[in-house]
Amino acid sequence: MEDIKYIIESLLFVSETPLTIIRIQKVLGQADTKEIHEALTALGAEYEDRKGGFLLREVAGGYQIRSRPEYREWIKRLIQPTPLRLSKAALETLAIIAYKQPAIRSDIEHIRGVDCGGILRMLLERKLIRVLGRKQIPGRPLIYSTTKQFLEVFDLKDLKDLPTPDEIESLGNSFSEIQD
Amino acid sequence: MQEEVYQVKLDNIFEGPMDLLVHLIKKHEVDIYDIPIAMITDQYLKYLQWMESMNIDVAGDFIVMAATLTQIKSKMLLPIHANEDDQEDPRLEIARPLAEYLQMQSAAERLAARDLLGEDIFARSTDRDELLAGRQDEVLKLGLFELIDAFQQILKKISPDDKVRIAADSISVKNRISQLADIFESRESVTFEELFPAGAVKSEVIVTFLAILEMVRLSLVRIVQHVQTGVIRLFYI
Repeated sequence: MEDIKYIIESLLFVSETPLTIIRIQKVLGQADTKEIHEALTALGAEYEDRKGGFLLREVAGGYQIRSRPEYREWIKRLIQPTPLRLSKAALETLAIIAYKQPAIRSDIEHIRGVDCGGILRMLLERKLIRVLGRKQIPGRPLIYSTTKQFLEVFDLKDLKDLPTPDEIESLGNSFSEIQD
Repeated sequence: MQEEVYQVKLDNIFEGPMDLLVHLIKKHEVDIYDIPIAMITDQYLKYLQWMESMNIDVAGDFIVMAATLTQIKSKMLLPIHANEDDQEDPRLEIARPLAEYLQMQSAAERLAARDLLGEDIFARSTDRDELLAGRQDEVLKLGLFELIDAFQQILKKISPDDKVRIAADSISVKNRISQLADIFESRESVTFEELFPAGAVKSEVIVTFLAILEMVRLSLVRIVQHVQTGVIRLFYI
């Protein structure tokens, strides 16, 4: 069945959110996940060969057609996206939540050494983090984790796809077995 | 000396004590596991003095760090007795959090260097607010009382003979919130009724309702009601 690839392509073209294999399977009715996976891989390879304006990315557990980063300046002339513009402090806070999740505020403040209340509120508003509940310790602090939106924005397949943080050898440390 | 300090400060506003410490360590290119504690403490205190002289409010956090550094410095001066061989280097108290902080800083830099959606890489419009805005005229924002009304409808559906049942494996509100969050992540919008499956036990229904209220309070979901059909839908924000 050769045209399954193009059926999937049409779905990807129309969809505004990343499509999971399960979702595609539901639409197609028959077809097993292996077949869909192969078709997606073939599509991705085709786009790579073509080196056109878009590519196929695996983000937030699904697949999405996205524009090639090379053409960012042109796209910005077409649509004025609201830039992400996260401050260094916000990025650090987000990184801590991403790597340590589920995390509570005091975990984050312990590492950064400063108050993070305002930043957390902003990250919640931007839907980059979410509240998972409250930890059953005195004060019942909120537990934070990252969202699907976070994966989409940072072009990540899943949380395992997070880049491994630099070992801090650049400062000439003598222990190199810090963390996995 | 004063001049040099002034210059650095201009392009570097320290957000907290960790930030300042990292700056000093990078500036002097010292190994964080072998910090020349006397020198760093000295420099750190100089910065504090300078900040005070510039009338910058030195937050308590900075003072705490100064105290920690001074304490480590004094510990280093104490002679180490033979039987305390296995005692760890007092500087580790500061080296460990520093290592962790630096690691997170590099993680943040790596995140920022990725192809960011809406910055480097674009997809078809994923602006949910924009999508919702198009339908705004059909729905109205829902007040607490409408929600309670809807909840009472659901309660009515529960068979009256189901009074009290003591079950050990009842679900907590917290767990229910995370379950609901998962549903919202996969669906984007759910009707109010869908969240209460038929035949659910009373306690379960109540936990779900409390979970919804808590999620609304934390502004995780938005609740709207359709003008014509009266169907209540919950949107994940």
